[in-house]
Amino acid sequence: MNPPEKILTVSGLGVRFGKRAILAGIDLAVSAGEVVAIVGPNGAGKTTLLRAIAGLLPAKGNIEIAGSPVGKLSLAERARRVAYLPQGHVFHWPLTAAEIVALGRLPRGAGADLSEADRLAVSMAMAATGVTEFAERSVTTLSGGERARVALSRVLATEAKLILADEPTASLDPRYQLIVLDILRRHAKDGGAVIAVLHDLGLAARYADRIVVLDSGSVAAAGAPRDVLTKALLAKTFGVNAQIVTLVDAPVVIPWSVT
Amino acid sequence: MREGVTRSRRRGSAILLACLLVLVAGLFLASLAVGPVLLSPEEVLKALAGEGTETARIIVAEIRLPRALLALMIGATLGLSGAALQGLLRNPLAAPSLFGAPAAAAFGAVTVISLGVVDALSFALPFAAIAGALASVALLILVAGPRASLLILILAGLAISSLAGAGTALALNLAPNPFAALEIAFWLLGSLEDRSMRHVLIALPFMVAGAAFLIWDRRAFRALTLGEEAAASLGFNLTGVRLRVVIGVALGVGASVAVAGTIGFIGLVAPHLMRPFVRYDPGRLLVPAALSGAALLLAADIAVRLIPSSGEIKVGVLTALIGAPFFIALIMRRRHDLSGAAS
Repeated sequence: MNPPEKILTVSGLGVRFGKRAILAGIDLAVSAGEVVAIVGPNGAGKTTLLRAIAGLLPAKGNIEIAGSPVGKLSLAERARRVAYLPQGHVFHWPLTAAEIVALGRLPRGAGADLSEADRLAVSMAMAATGVTEFAERSVTTLSGGERARVALSRVLATEAKLILADEPTASLDPRYQLIVLDILRRHAKDGGAVIAVLHDLGLAARYADRIVVLDSGSVAAAGAPRDVLTKALLAKTFGVNAQIVTLVDAPVVIPWSVT
Repeated sequence: MREGVTRSRRRGSAILLACLLVLVAGLFLASLAVGPVLLSPEEVLKALAGEGTETARIIVAEIRLPRALLALMIGATLGLSGAALQGLLRNPLAAPSLFGAPAAAAFGAVTVISLGVVDALSFALPFAAIAGALASVALLILVAGPRASLLILILAGLAISSLAGAGTALALNLAPNPFAALEIAFWLLGSLEDRSMRHVLIALPFMVAGAAFLIWDRRAFRALTLGEEAAASLGFNLTGVRLRVVIGVALGVGASVAVAGTIGFIGLVAPHLMRPFVRYDPGRLLVPAALSGAALLLAADIAVRLIPSSGEIKVGVLTALIGAPFFIALIMRRRHDLSGAAS
């Protein structure tokens, strides 16, 4: 059997804002089929890491996407390979859900009129997140959970191998949190890869193949959830005493008290 | 189902464009017919074809045609500039006049006139006006930063407007003779009276170039619906987009001001009127906004000829009288979102 396709290789990544180093010496490799969760305390550099990989800010070091150095890719080609779901799901104009999802086809050359392939990708992406019934509704009339799924459909519609999702479960109720993570999991199963910033350590442990713990701009630990999420590490990086139990193979982490 | 929706939408935008074109063409002909000497549509068409009485030919071809062409061009430029700025800033209240671009263009033009460098018919005038507009829009984006809230943009625009206004006042203040000052003051009010084909030729190249810059980024405006980060991740170079919009607005507004003084609020009202018809798509809004801007200014310029008054009311005064209350109404309707944005 062939080793899984390398989708992302990051080495020695560093980001500075002025004199302040936000990230330093980050190494990260992600293969097809993997979901990687990035966790860490507020201000650890999680969002900055996603943005650097997405090419949204200048970074030092090497980033290779599907074997090509990111600097060698055109903006459109980079956008076809990496889809980025920012935090918060803002929609500035009241377009319909289907029109928002169709924006994901822009890197593939879609204009105001969609091609057959564009239309197919849009309807598949909407079916995957269960928002087909809202297709012709204005996004401003949708609930938070519905908007989150429309935003996720937009990312899926690009048909990029790598999805970068910044807190995709934030401000969603438990049911929608699971739905969103199931969709991301399925994307990986279908041959893609996902890097998601998550705050909920339990969800990270349950859905991720690997967890990368960021602390003050560098990797404090990385590996399988059960190896990474230890009491000692949680005390050191998050400053919490945690209760950890294992249920159905995944560690369940409950932050219990402040250290 | 989706295909049907797309097809009906495409037919919808074709119908919209056809209606706007008919409206603009009708107003254009009306603009050639209306004035102290009222001509019938037949007489107008004959005069355009070079037939009919000599008087009618002179009135239509030499007096009213340049005026109607300028109304068309300037209205379209302002409508397009407003729609592009609103697309870039993702806000329906953005318009060139709110950010001081026309005031700065006027300052640029007035400076060269009052220094006696050029007269009001020179090809150098649009360059001065464009330089003023360019400086103001660039300063605005510099001051406000990439993630500017509307509040910051408007405050910065107000400051730039005031500065340009003070500069213009200084130029008037130091004008070599009272007649020059009076001429500048009237010119500033914004008017299309007594313009010639020379004015049309002065403005046209800059406006065409500006429009090309603004229409170039229609896909980026659509992507910006998702915010700057998501738009950048979809493969758009936003620094380039911002630069093209700045240059496009400066070229268009600068050329408009150079030939007609300051005419406000078309850039705010025209996109607003068209937005529901393009289902709020900021990319599809550009051309309809340009056409409705042309229709608005043509209509306003016809209205100033029909309103009974001692002298002709300047068209810039009329658009401000109608546009400012419209702006107030828009603010009241969006009070809720705006107070959120300001915090």
